[in-house]
Amino acid sequence: MALLQTHNLNKHFGGLHVTADVSFSLEPGKIHCLIGPNGAGKSTFFRLLLGEHQPSSGTIVFDGQDITRLKSFQRINRGMSVKFQVPGIFGALSAQQNLQIALQHRLDSLDLNAEVERLLDFLQLREVADQQAGNLSHGLKQWLEIGMAISLKPKLLLLDEPTAGMSPEETFMTGEIVKQLNAQGMTVLAVEHDMAFVRQVADRVSVLHFGRIFAEGTIDEIVADERVAAIYLGQSHD
Amino acid sequence: MGRGPAFWSAFVVVLAFALAYPLFADGYDVGNNIYFLNWTFMALGLSLIWGYGGSLSFGQTAFFGVAGYSYGILTINFGTAYGFGLLSVLIAIAIAALFAAVLGYFLFFGRISGIFLGIVTLSVTLALERFMAQTAGPQWTIGSARLNGFNGMSGMPPLTLPWFGGEISLYPDIGLYYLVLCLLVVVYLGLRILVNSKFGNILVALRENPQRAEMLGYDIRKYQLGGFVIGAALAGLSGVLYTSWGQYITPSNMSITAAALPIIWVAVGGRSDITATLIGTLVVLSAFQALTIYGSQYALVVMGLLLVFTVLLAPKGLIANAGILLGSLLDRKNGGK
Repeated sequence: MALLQTHNLNKHFGGLHVTADVSFSLEPGKIHCLIGPNGAGKSTFFRLLLGEHQPSSGTIVFDGQDITRLKSFQRINRGMSVKFQVPGIFGALSAQQNLQIALQHRLDSLDLNAEVERLLDFLQLREVADQQAGNLSHGLKQWLEIGMAISLKPKLLLLDEPTAGMSPEETFMTGEIVKQLNAQGMTVLAVEHDMAFVRQVADRVSVLHFGRIFAEGTIDEIVADERVAAIYLGQSHD
Repeated sequence: MGRGPAFWSAFVVVLAFALAYPLFADGYDVGNNIYFLNWTFMALGLSLIWGYGGSLSFGQTAFFGVAGYSYGILTINFGTAYGFGLLSVLIAIAIAALFAAVLGYFLFFGRISGIFLGIVTLSVTLALERFMAQTAGPQWTIGSARLNGFNGMSGMPPLTLPWFGGEISLYPDIGLYYLVLCLLVVVYLGLRILVNSKFGNILVALRENPQRAEMLGYDIRKYQLGGFVIGAALAGLSGVLYTSWGQYITPSNMSITAAALPIIWVAVGGRSDITATLIGTLVVLSAFQALTIYGSQYALVVMGLLLVFTVLLAPKGLIANAGILLGSLLDRKNGGK
């Protein structure tokens, strides 16, 4: 059974049809990447999944339950978690406090401290644990937010451009982190532009174009699809 | 601000000084100086709402006024016998908290935040002031309590506690001073526990990034409402203490000037820290009082300048910055050993 399914999901902003009849299925245990040119509707689709936008029509089913009308925090409590494109951290607090706040939802103080220590090591944040999160480098902020997102032990981790603004080394490291999380059983859905990252991690890739699922397959199938190359190069298609 | 043995030693010294103060001061002066302590609860409440929770509220004086008038209406009508004086205090605070809960529900569950929260809370405060100011006519009575328009309500009894064999009426004197001081210590320590609890962590988290806090699975509206109601209850406590202390309350306690002053106390002290807020409020209030006596209307101008100075040069607050400076000096001294 699919972990996440959308059925004919639509979102209009006035006359603008941003998400058009998206029927999408995400298998558990996979890393699924969502790509597409700018303006394809990827971010809106993510916001619909998170409950930040309400769909104009269609349904979203997560883990066997219809979550279309649930609020964001209710979806999170059912096993979703997200890392935003712009790092969503608590800038005035230390990296360690950021993780503590994320973890306190689920753990008591004794287990919490052990888990904070584990995450600091896992995400290579040990040296900056006491630094104010707002002063960390961009890459470290991204990792810290990934740490906060996985603190919830989600069934589904949503990553919105997790490598935006990262160096090639940091991008590779992020890919390795995502693969390790997946190996621990976490299903991942990532919106990403960086094709090296997509190639590194994705089991399956969907291409979104003009709000519709345009193509779907493995990374090799997508790369070989001339229609996909055409939309990225700005050419018209049938 | 305020961890470790150095802080707690200073806390004990200040508390000891506060406890000993009536021993070497005139009872009349002690009674007058309770005035300063009365306001601190409202400031601490604002620190919780604004400094920790990130919601700038101009509503503190509205809750102050609601509780003050409620205390007056209750005690004028029913007296203070059989413990009703104390019960009136609790009911008045509960009315202010309930009012805040209803207002806060529409604000936070309606997702009103930022500057709009400030505008709505200020509007509510000023609407209350205008309403109370037009209650001069004899028809504006509740039972035997006359609201009395702009001249204010007076004649309510002082704070009265039930005691063995009768009641104790606490007029502005040493007894009331110790009671208010004791309340302040309890509220301060209670708030310290609260802001260091999970609840306090979430308040800070939603101040820093409400979207992230919600995406950690917290229903941030409930936490915002919770902080708002606790802060309002503290403003209500200030309202009751002030009203029973002076046996008097007027609509001007909810005027735009009155609504702005707590913002200045808290901002100048350091809104993100209850210790800085407490010290700042007492210092700024004392300075304001002295200026009012010697400089009349210039006191308000100075308060305005103080706020501008703080916002431009020490946005974390003067006391908070002084605390940070002191902390780094101590660290350097310890590191140099």
